[in-house]
Parts: sequence; structure tokens; C-alpha cells
Amino acid sequence: MIFVACVTNFEGVTVIATESLSKRFPRVTALDRLSVDVGPGVTGLVGANGAGKSTLIKILLGLSPASEGRAEVLGLDVASKGAAIRERVGYMPEHDCLPPDVSATEFVVHMARMSGLPPTAARERTADTLRHVGLYEERYRPIGGYSTGMKQRVKLAQALVHDPQLVFLDEPTNGLDPVGRDEMLGLIRRIHTDFGISVLVTSHLLGELERTCDHVVVVDGGKLLRSSSTTDFTQTTTTLAIEVTDTDAHPDGTRAVREALRARGVEVLDANSALPGAGHVLLLTAQGEETYDVVRDAVAELGLGLVRMEQRRHHISEVFTDSDAENDQQRKEAVGHGS
Amino acid sequence: MAVEHPVTAPAGDQTRIHNIGYRSYDGPRLGRAYARRSLYSQSLRGAYGLGRSVKSKVLPMLLFVVMCVPAAIMVAVAVATKAKELPVDYTRYAIIMQAVISLYVASQAPQSVSRDLRFKTVPLYFSRPIETADYVRAKLAAMASALFVLTAAPLLVLYVGALLAKLDFADQTKGFGQGLVSVALLSLLFAGIGLVIASVTPRRGFGIAAVIAVLTISYGAVSTLQAIAEAQDSAGSIPWIGLFSPVTLIDGVQSAFLGASSAFPGGVGPSDGQGVVYVLVVLGLIGTAHALLIRRYRKVGL
Repeated sequence: MIFVACVTNFEGVTVIATESLSKRFPRVTALDRLSVDVGPGVTGLVGANGAGKSTLIKILLGLSPASEGRAEVLGLDVASKGAAIRERVGYMPEHDCLPPDVSATEFVVHMARMSGLPPTAARERTADTLRHVGLYEERYRPIGGYSTGMKQRVKLAQALVHDPQLVFLDEPTNGLDPVGRDEMLGLIRRIHTDFGISVLVTSHLLGELERTCDHVVVVDGGKLLRSSSTTDFTQTTTTLAIEVTDTDAHPDGTRAVREALRARGVEVLDANSALPGAGHVLLLTAQGEETYDVVRDAVAELGLGLVRMEQRRHHISEVFTDSDAENDQQRKEAVGHGS
Repeated sequence: MAVEHPVTAPAGDQTRIHNIGYRSYDGPRLGRAYARRSLYSQSLRGAYGLGRSVKSKVLPMLLFVVMCVPAAIMVAVAVATKAKELPVDYTRYAIIMQAVISLYVASQAPQSVSRDLRFKTVPLYFSRPIETADYVRAKLAAMASALFVLTAAPLLVLYVGALLAKLDFADQTKGFGQGLVSVALLSLLFAGIGLVIASVTPRRGFGIAAVIAVLTISYGAVSTLQAIAEAQDSAGSIPWIGLFSPVTLIDGVQSAFLGASSAFPGGVGPSDGQGVVYVLVVLGLIGTAHALLIRRYRKVGL
């Protein structure tokens, strides 16, 4: 965490900075003294539904005043420079936002002009951007006939068409099938690596952001839970799933491995059941690279076949419910570093 | 970045296909005023179905034709019979054709604003440089302009026809001018009322029904009350009753100040003093519509 903060400061570039940012509605506190610095690159904003992600984006776009605290986007204050920010930033909403009776080209050209691009530039940029997000011949057909994946691409295109310095993507993988999800994540990665645009992407799935983002910010109940580079995250939170064969010597291979691992000091999580075929799958927390070796050795020694050893993507709630005491500790640390 | 392409490449080289990577945009960004103008022109074109599907062009174009055909027939008759004046005053034309105008407002106001609400396109606008007031003004101006095109076009037909029929030039020009002022007021008023009603509901059907209801029921109620007042010899209340429907409001303003003959029962329009009240009410209604729309879109936001 400290390392990341140093890198950001060293480069002297902060794309988004908030300082004890709070947003209170009559009945709920959507953001509670959130202080976080975000550098260039792809940053994931993770939180359960209602954690305050969308509220944060609204404030950062200068559309909703904060109750307390301040925030800067690209060095511009959100309270006074909203219009200037919105000229340099792109926004892809979570919900559907496309009229069905116009073509993608027409729609994106219109949105480019609404961002201030002259007519000719708007048309050129639209053609380019739609190609980059992977829409070809179908872009002349009415949007109503598009698949969910194509619609998401159009939504992404309208956020990128004016070549912003930063884009806010609100739950871009929502409603996509696994293939579409992977394609979208790859596209998001390219937005930074190929297009040079910084990205703030929200999701309630930590697993998918780990693979895509350089940095992940976790919010819960409007508070900052964690802010760290993704490598930190994977090191501490990877869950391994293991499945082994049974042999004559060990009729119940799973139990044998569990005991062997316990003997080596690797705690196996209670493989309870919520998973299909859970009886044959062992879940354990990988503390680092060495855990993989320990598992391999234990299984080999027992003479069992290792059917599967894979990283499980975990739902964000696991990070929250892991251990409350530990989280409280982390939260304090994170807040301390952010401010 | 079409880099590997020398500027002086031979013509044959043009056929080579390059994988063009991402190009950043360094050109001008024209900002809020330009965005507002773009929204205006897009909405105005949309009000006649331009840039939209063929299906959505049918109704507005049909209503436009229906508005113009009677004018063309009148002109033809006037020319053929060598009449001394046009069968209908410029200012009366819109009042006679009010059903068509109402139908147009009812069909196009919801398509202008309800669509953005229904398909949740509004947040995309407000995540860009324009603000609530820009959006509202662009939509209002576009609707009013569309209505002005609808109502002024037949007047133009009449005017051109009148000149072809060699009617008195000064007389006709004055009438034409008064007619234009009248339909401009009418366009603003109808656009304001139509958009306020349409912006309340994301459902287009409701919007259409509500606009028709407000425009026709108010006119029906007002003319009935005026007729009753006439029958009961309380003609003095007729102009005051006329304040309560958009069509009679315009009728009142133009018969007080634009030399129009009133369509009120008894043919007596409001006096000059009452006419001032009419003008104030019309301007007040347009202002209120603007304020209500801004309030409405403040709430919609993202």
C-alpha cells in the first residue's frame, strides 16, 4: 500500500483525489469521509451494491455536491470546475441508455457533438471508436436489434468518442456472458495500454477486477475499506480450490490431503457445501507462492492424482466477511494512508 | 497513426490496408454553446422524423401536408376567381387548424423528451459539458421552431398566393407579418405546455394522451363557458373566460393587438386593457413552462 502511494506521488500525477469526502442523504450516508488518491492506469472501484460507488462517480463528474470534504479530478475541483471536468472525462452508465430506433453511428456522432467535437471530427472519431470497441457493419443498424454485448460496446464508444483523459465505467460487465465479460475486460485493459486513457471501473466482483486493474479501491458502506495495488490483493486473498483422485491406499483422497496439509501447517477452509460437489473440493487460502508447492508435495507423497488446482475468484463479500476484526484494522490503516 | 505512409505515395499505394492504431484527438472542443446548438438542431430535425426511422417521419410529414393543403386550395380559389381578398385572414388560419397543431404537439413533444427519459439517455447529456438549463432551452427552442415551421409554412403559401393573385402588396405584407407574430407566440406557448406535460412521463402514450387532453379539453370547456355567457347576456365575462385555454389566449392576443377578428362568441375580443392581461398571461405561461422544465430536469440528473 505504501509502495503504491509512493509511486503515485513520485510520478506527481494524481488523476482523482478525494479528501474526507462525504455525501449524506436524509436517511442514508452514501459516502463517509472517503479519502483516496488514484493515479493513472486502470483502477477498480469495488463494493457491494449500495456501497457508494455510483454516488462517488456523480460527485466526481461535478453533478452532485458533496456534503463535506473536497475532490479533484485531473487537478480540477469538482465543486467549481464541473463543466471543464466533464469535457475531459467520459462516462458509461450502469443502466441501459441507448435509444433503440437510431443506429450506433448516428447515436455516437450525436454524443460526440454533445461533447463539443465539430461535425467532421465527430464523424471520424465515431467511425474510429466504434471500430476500436469492435463494432463493424452492424453499426449502421438500429440499436434496438443489438445483443447485450454490442450495446455495452456502444455505451463504451460514446464514453470514449471525444478522446477523454479519464473514463468512468459503471459496472461495464453487467449482464454479459463469460465470453463477453472477458472481451469487455480485455477492452478495458486496452483503453489504458493502447489508448492512453485512465480508467475508473466499478464492479461488485473483486475477482474480475483483479485481472484487469493496476490498483483496486474497495469501498463498503461509503467508507474506504482498502486501497492497494492488485498484486497486494492477490497475494493476500487468493483462494485455491483443489480436487484429487481416490486410490486404493486412500479411499477418501480428499480427507487424506486435508489431513496431510493440516500436518504441514496449511489450514484448509471448511469446504462447506455451498459449492456443487463440494465434498470433493478442498478450499484453502494461498499465503504466497510456497503454498502451491506444499500442496503439490503433499498430493505427490500420498500418491494421489491432482485433478484440479485453481484460483477461485471470490466475491467481494468474502473480503468483507472474512474477519471483521482484521478488516477494521485494515480499514484504519487504509484511511491513514489515504489521507 | 498512419505512419508508414509517405505523403508523396504513388496512387497505387493507396489501396494498401494499414492497421491504424488508436489516434488521439487534438482538434478543437467547441464547448457548451456548440453542444446546445447541436442538441437544438438534432431535436428540430427529430421533430420531423429526420435522422430517425421512416416510420417516425410519417406522422409529422403528414400533418405538415395537412396544414398546407387548405392554404394551397384557398390560394388556388383566390387566383382562379380573381378574388379581392383571401378567404381567410393570416391570423385566423392557425385558429382554424388548431386540431392539427394540437395533434402535432401531442405526437412530437413526447418524442422529443419522453424518449430521453424512457431510454435513460438524459444522464449521457448531463455527463457532458451542457447543464440542465442548456438541455431545457435547446429542447424548448427546437419544439417551438418545429411548431413555427408547421404554422408559418401555410401562411407563406397564402402570402405567395396572394401576391400571385395581385392582391394589395402592403395590405398582404402587413397581414402576413401579424400572422407570423401570432404563430410565433402560439409556437412558444404550445411547445412549453407540450414539453412540460411530456416531460412528466417516460411513457410516450401517456404523454400523447395528456397533451391532447389538456389542449382540447381546455378549449372545449372555455368555448362552452363562453357560449353560455353569451346566451346569458353576460358578454363582459367572455374575454376573462378566454384566459383559460391556450388557443383562446392566442386568439385574444391577436384580436387585441394584431388586427385579427376574434373567434369568440359574438365576435368581440378583449379590450386593449384585457389584451395586456392576455399578453402577460401568455408570457407568464411560457416562463412558467421553462421554470418547470428546469426543475424537472434538476431532479432527473444522473
